[in-house]
Amino acid sequence: MSEDTEAVTRIETPVYLQYNFTAGRAPARFLERIRQGVLTGQRCPRCANVYIPPRGSCPACGVPTEEEVVLPDKATVQSFTVVAIPIPNNPIKPPFVIANLVLDGANISFIHLMSECENSEVHIGQRVQAVWKPEAEWTYAMDNIRYFKPIDEPDVPVDRIGRLPIGGWEDEQ
Amino acid sequence: MAKLAAVVGIGQTHYKTRRGDVSIAGLVREAAVNALEDAGLGWDDIEAVIIGKAPDMFEGVIMPEIYLTDALGCNGKPMLRVHTAGSVGGSTALVAASHVQSGMFKRVLTVTFEKQSESNAMWALSTPQPFSVHLNAGAGGYFAPIIREYMRRSGAPYDVGIKVAVKDRLHGARNPLAHLQLPEITMKEVEDSMMLWDPIRFLEACPSSDGACAMVICSEDLVAESPKPPAWIRGVAMRSEPTMYAGREEVSPQAGRDCAADVYRQAGITDPRRDLDCAEVYVPFSWYEPMWLENLGFAPEGEGWKLTMSGATSLDEGGDIPWNCSGGVLSSNPIGASGMIRFAEAARQVRGDAGAHQVEGARLALGHAYGGGAQFFAMWVVGADKP
Ligand SMILES: [Zn+2]
Repeated sequence: MSEDTEAVTRIETPVYLQYNFTAGRAPARFLERIRQGVLTGQRCPRCANVYIPPRGSCPACGVPTEEEVVLPDKATVQSFTVVAIPIPNNPIKPPFVIANLVLDGANISFIHLMSECENSEVHIGQRVQAVWKPEAEWTYAMDNIRYFKPIDEPDVPVDRIGRLPIGGWEDEQ
Repeated sequence: MAKLAAVVGIGQTHYKTRRGDVSIAGLVREAAVNALEDAGLGWDDIEAVIIGKAPDMFEGVIMPEIYLTDALGCNGKPMLRVHTAGSVGGSTALVAASHVQSGMFKRVLTVTFEKQSESNAMWALSTPQPFSVHLNAGAGGYFAPIIREYMRRSGAPYDVGIKVAVKDRLHGARNPLAHLQLPEITMKEVEDSMMLWDPIRFLEACPSSDGACAMVICSEDLVAESPKPPAWIRGVAMRSEPTMYAGREEVSPQAGRDCAADVYRQAGITDPRRDLDCAEVYVPFSWYEPMWLENLGFAPEGEGWKLTMSGATSLDEGGDIPWNCSGGVLSSNPIGASGMIRFAEAARQVRGDAGAHQVEGARLALGHAYGGGAQFFAMWVVGADKP
């Protein structure tokens, strides 16, 4: 190698991955229903906790879950973060709020985007509701919900988060 | 009953943003050669090799262990790859230890690595999943809400994480191998750094590093063949739990508490703060120090932050139970190796071989790693004294 040739120490080699997903019975049912704009969870026969999205079993009890529960699209903020950096391959622009949300009647959180809110005013116990995409765009995905936005309901006390009835916080009060 | 085993050799690379001078094979070999040299041994003295790294998607090299047999001198010998997400460095060490403790092998080399400069960990940790929204903002995005919940529950002051960020970087400045060298770092500098995943600031998060760590573990009868003092393995434990279930304790996972109780019982530890001389604990985000202080029983629930704020975990403040004297994950983070670095640094302490970050007179130390959604735990206790 001549002295004025720079050594090659790195080349870019992109990796692409496309995979087919076999959802299994419970998630397949969930995806089928969310295609129609319905949020469907499953209740554990032993501890009575409601899982959404359902995976067909309760990891806490180690038993299958079969009973279907249709849930509303209102939820409570269990915790959250304000993200200042972009997510790879996601067009969403920072800063944005990702919240761990528990639907009314459910006992486990999932993550989703929060919008139509002041990022600095988001808080644990806050009440939110889904903002859906237009029906024509619905597919087999949780993305049918564009984001959750705050609603005018009193905050849920911390010890009640994840324990609200299907009728929601107002029902419980 | 498990046979006695000890660490007789430790080898690390420098940790830095990019090791452009070596391939993955060159990187792991460097650590392995350093470990063999430390143990006063050669390739022929090794019977089996146990290797670990984080997800293959990080570097995009699928099953790299297959092509690393040459570099690690294990053609014709057994090789095994271990994977338990971020805890893999710890669990790899434990699998290696069990190969000796079982009596199956006399001397085993174990190596872990990550070459983050060749990877996009944020991408690898943010792959879309079919039944949830594509919002996985890397590890920070996952752990930030859990940290927020810890802050709410404990009522800890806002600057506990800032204090840990400074403390571990000052420790790291004593360690020439540490990636971040920030001897002048201040609380204000950390506080003013960019909020990445609120409440985690840039300087409260770990760096991305290239690096590898290796150890030689051998049976009792071969310990004397290596020149330096051994680190006797006094307890080993792994636990796992599901990422998600209703009522899961995410702030202080059950698997972590069970794993700690198991390893303490084996090592005869009843009060970890009193009985241990130091600990190397997996703290990738600063707030995980107070959280793990509680999970691992060094402080009562809700009071881990008081230990941190009192200086008890700081070498520079003369604390009684220094944590992460090497600088920890906050100073160097080649992910797949980060757990093993904790285990190796615990061993360096009890061998009296930790240089400028040595805890004077350390006889018993904890090495800890966690991974996934804080659902895999690996721990060992090593001691200067033969049990
Ligand atoms: Zn159950």
